[in-house]
Amino acid sequence: MTRSLDRTEISLMAGLPVLIALGFVLPEWIVNYIQVSLGTGLVALGVMIQMRAGLVSFGQGLYFCIGGYAAGLAGKFAGISDIFLLLALGIVASVAVSFVLGFLLRRYREIFYAMLSLAVSMILFGLLSSIEELGSTDGFNLPAATYFGWAPQDETAKYALYIATCIPTILCAFLLNRYLRSPTGFIGEAIRENELRVEYLGTSAHRAVHIKYVLAATVSGIGGVLWALALGHVDPEMTNWTTSGQFVFIAILSGTGNIVAPLFGTFILEIVRVYAVEVSPNTWQMILGIVMLLTIIFLPKGLWSLIRKSTTVNTQRQKTSEVRPGGE
Amino acid sequence: MTTLLQTSNLERLFGAVTAASNINVRIDAGEVLGVIGSNGAGKTTFVNMVTGYLKPTSGQILYRGRDITGKPTRDITRLGICRSFQIPQLFLELSALDNMLIALTIAKQKKPVFLRPAITSSIKRAAMDHLARFRIDGYADQEVATLPQGVRKLIDIAMATVADPDLLFLDEPTSGVSADEKMHFMEVLINALKATKTAVLFIEHDMEIVETFSPRVIAFYEGKILADGPTKEVLENAKVREFVIGSEFHRKSDIGEASSSEKGEE
Repeated sequence: MTRSLDRTEISLMAGLPVLIALGFVLPEWIVNYIQVSLGTGLVALGVMIQMRAGLVSFGQGLYFCIGGYAAGLAGKFAGISDIFLLLALGIVASVAVSFVLGFLLRRYREIFYAMLSLAVSMILFGLLSSIEELGSTDGFNLPAATYFGWAPQDETAKYALYIATCIPTILCAFLLNRYLRSPTGFIGEAIRENELRVEYLGTSAHRAVHIKYVLAATVSGIGGVLWALALGHVDPEMTNWTTSGQFVFIAILSGTGNIVAPLFGTFILEIVRVYAVEVSPNTWQMILGIVMLLTIIFLPKGLWSLIRKSTTVNTQRQKTSEVRPGGE
Repeated sequence: MTTLLQTSNLERLFGAVTAASNINVRIDAGEVLGVIGSNGAGKTTFVNMVTGYLKPTSGQILYRGRDITGKPTRDITRLGICRSFQIPQLFLELSALDNMLIALTIAKQKKPVFLRPAITSSIKRAAMDHLARFRIDGYADQEVATLPQGVRKLIDIAMATVADPDLLFLDEPTSGVSADEKMHFMEVLINALKATKTAVLFIEHDMEIVETFSPRVIAFYEGKILADGPTKEVLENAKVREFVIGSEFHRKSDIGEASSSEKGEE
């Protein structure tokens, strides 16, 4: 496991202490945005790893909501507030649901995959909105997080939760990066391009998609728990299609080039939205739309291509000059 | 010689159309075998059935004495039967090297692996070796979509051979390759495959190539096997000449031309 760490993994490990330190240095409102965008960023990560296989999930909010509600329900009805237990419950719920739904979704591609994932997420939205015991569309509140019996107060609680959000997020990003580099993840690229060939090479494309779907659901569930704890509140809006659309927006905005791209993308989107609302309170969506349009036109591979561009151009040039003599 | 593959009374219907019927073929280990027949004669249907892409309507396929009828393609690949395609089935947006890397990765991965990196220096070397075997290593870093058809064909075949299959089906390997390159193309191909002990069945329309490279030929016509035997006999068979080859093929003079043109190339 420790062998052959790539640059992303090293940056992630180095980034964790920096990220935690930022929590103590930066002004509180920015730290709040960072914390919230780490939670939603994990869901965007889930969308992004599916995009790697050419699959666009328009209902990733489903698992965001399942994670959040798993934590919320455990808090509301069982009085559980231990963050580790809540995370575990969120994971179990997401894995269980995605494992079952995976058998259906793994058979669909392209627009059908998008629409079907959207449909399932809207079923949950409809259900939760009509259950009065769970506050219908208003949702309900969560207890403050505790840590193995330790219940910090005020400032300490804020920092503790911030740190407890950073660590699982970075860990998830690290493991997903491993997954994308592993044979199982690598097959995703092949599925996007030619599924017939994948079958003829001797492996099941359906199984690879199923695995991807469950993994994406797992990180989204974790994101849901962390986000719910950060806000102290859950509501059905988490699985509404506008929320799911946002995750797709982020994945497109940031690009699928690197695992950390969606995490940055989420934060950038949050900040853009804050200023968009401030600049034009009534038409802020228009500003987001324009940002999206410009991204697609000028950076079809997302913001990450800005960072990658300079390095790839150089290596590409080297490679072609190396290969030429052999090729001619 | 051990029998690798044996099909008995294989039949496939598409509605009221009989795509293949009464197909009985035996393939021995390590042999090279040509298949001829006009379009729609059932050649590709036969390959599709044996490789599990199409389920036969009736009949049986035995591979090393085991019944593999109706098994999924991926399982049949794992057993050692691979194929290349008439239209290359590649990962078009990726480089030739990446295509090979994916093929090798899948061939090596029997169970899902999550945390070990797929691309290592050893697998990269193996991929380059495979490309070199088919003399296409010079194209390694180019995106497949930009490569000429002949190179794509070779990548397609190279991908089919990564797992060292015991039986390889080549569906019209020279289609899309220009007429004057065909002979050379097949030489590269057959030489690369001779290094292994793979039995090769190739579908081919060019009779010169069939004569040059395969000792045995099967002729398909309207979903049935018209003739099966040594190339010389099959190509002289009156029915084969009438239905498959056509009267314009004058065997003797063609041989003369073929050998002289080969000499001309050298």
